[in-house]
Amino acid sequence: MSAIAEAAAPRRPPRSRFTTFDRLEVLGPLFIIPAILYVVVLVGLPFLLALYYSVSAYSIFNPSWTFVGLKNFREVIDSEIFRRTLANTLIFTISAQIIGLLLGKIGAMLLMQEFPGRRLARALIVLPWAVPVSLATLAWVWMFDSLYSVINWTLVAAGLIDPAHRPQWLGQEDLAMIAVVTVHAWRLFPFGVVIFLAGFTSVPQDVLDAATIDGAGFWRRNYQIILPIIAPIIMIALIFGTVFTFTDLSVVYLLTKGGPINSTQVLGTLAFQVGILSGDVAHGAAICLFLFPFLLVAVILLLRSLRRREI
Amino acid sequence: MPRPAGKVVGQSSFYAAVVTLVVFAAFPFYWMLITTFKTDGDLYNLKSIPYWFNSPPTLEHLKYLFEDTLFVQWLSNSALIGLCVVAITLLVALPAGYGLARMPGRSGENLSIGIFVTYLVPPTLLFLPLARVVTLLGLQDSMWALVVVYPTFTIPFCTWLLMGFFKSVPREIEEAAIVDGCTVVGAFVKTVLPLSMPAILTVVIFAFTLTVQEFVYALTFISSSREKPVTLGVATDLIRGDIFYWGELMGAALISSIPVAIAYNLFLDRFISGITGGAVK
Repeated sequence: MSAIAEAAAPRRPPRSRFTTFDRLEVLGPLFIIPAILYVVVLVGLPFLLALYYSVSAYSIFNPSWTFVGLKNFREVIDSEIFRRTLANTLIFTISAQIIGLLLGKIGAMLLMQEFPGRRLARALIVLPWAVPVSLATLAWVWMFDSLYSVINWTLVAAGLIDPAHRPQWLGQEDLAMIAVVTVHAWRLFPFGVVIFLAGFTSVPQDVLDAATIDGAGFWRRNYQIILPIIAPIIMIALIFGTVFTFTDLSVVYLLTKGGPINSTQVLGTLAFQVGILSGDVAHGAAICLFLFPFLLVAVILLLRSLRRREI
Repeated sequence: MPRPAGKVVGQSSFYAAVVTLVVFAAFPFYWMLITTFKTDGDLYNLKSIPYWFNSPPTLEHLKYLFEDTLFVQWLSNSALIGLCVVAITLLVALPAGYGLARMPGRSGENLSIGIFVTYLVPPTLLFLPLARVVTLLGLQDSMWALVVVYPTFTIPFCTWLLMGFFKSVPREIEEAAIVDGCTVVGAFVKTVLPLSMPAILTVVIFAFTLTVQEFVYALTFISSSREKPVTLGVATDLIRGDIFYWGELMGAALISSIPVAIAYNLFLDRFISGITGGAVK
């Protein structure tokens, strides 16, 4: 504040306003250049390199830049493991979004009410999204443990399963799928809660009151008034949530490493296995690039939503 | 939306729903907590009820964690990486956010959306080529590789947040300083920055938490135990053969995630308003 007061007291003859604007306009772009350079050098160029990898024969054992055209892509698409991986990625992403949004909406509706302990409840519900995902996933690995799983213990104690045939959450194909979806949804739904809460609070109360007076019931208010108003915000949340799940590597890597027998393999883990662990960089890059068309759609949708909110 | 009063059934099902969600969200953290302080005999016993202590709590696991593992080293690595990334982010994003906020017409807005969108480019798409870039820089298997790479996602997000904030700072303030003989940079440093402390604090917290949460780049670039940040070290190095050291693992996960969770919680509303482009205040 004192700086402003000082600045206001003229000491030198003022320059013309023209030069002021002139200089801001010259310096403005200079201010931006470092940020743009950083993004171009470490996001743009690597992306081009990924493109080139995918059409080359590059591997860490034979770092040749020979151009092989679309051979890598053809081989990747022909591989049954890849097709299963692509299907898994879609299944995980879609089911986690649906569960996350549903639980997010329910959670936000609950937290909209006033009740004792509401702040604590909100803080606890936000936890899964706030902590580092790799560490949170470790807790689930332990909860899904083959022998000492607390989930199995509870199911046995409740008499729901036979102690002699405990489910192997991370070792059976179908159960491993459920486990991965559960962890993704668990991680994502707090994000949904927070977004819906923000949306609900932004709906003007007088609009709701007017609707109620006009005879709109609970469902009508929900789906014909609130939902259309908050739709752009939900859209943005959905885009981010989808991108985070679709491109995730850490949850699956730590829970199942893509197993058993590739039943939970996703694009991220497969690319990591092929490109880093096996050193076949070219095929790894080709696998990663299957993320790209999907990301492009996400970016376009995001741009449209960001513009819409201003109209 | 007032709740209809006097309906006991409605009331109790409401609380049942709240409790169910809270338990679903928070149980894994309770599980970390109780596992940390249980004796091995208690942990690996199928007969006893796992939800509570069946033998007195112990500090064995924490003692082992702090004295016989590299946990403290990983924590300090993460802190150092976080601080460096915050510094780089501020150095780059502060001028960029300001420059964009003061660009004439809509060009600043459009350019900033362009930068923001790169936040959507995931590590999964870039880890292979960046591994190569890191090698070219001579940083393979070093935590400095992370210091170089992490700003790729903190800069876009923080530039965006800061631009929104700088737009709300009246132009007249810095113009007065310039009229007074300051340079453009001087006016920015002396008048705009002191007014922007809340935004800068937000950016610091976010750049730091985003950095501490990262896992994929760390996993790809670093293999020496001593160079690992805490997320990677705990997830990969506390496992000996096929045996998990669950007490140590959960203790480590708990200790490193709670501070991040608290910081994140405090600034959650700002993050939401950033991510929705200011649609929600």
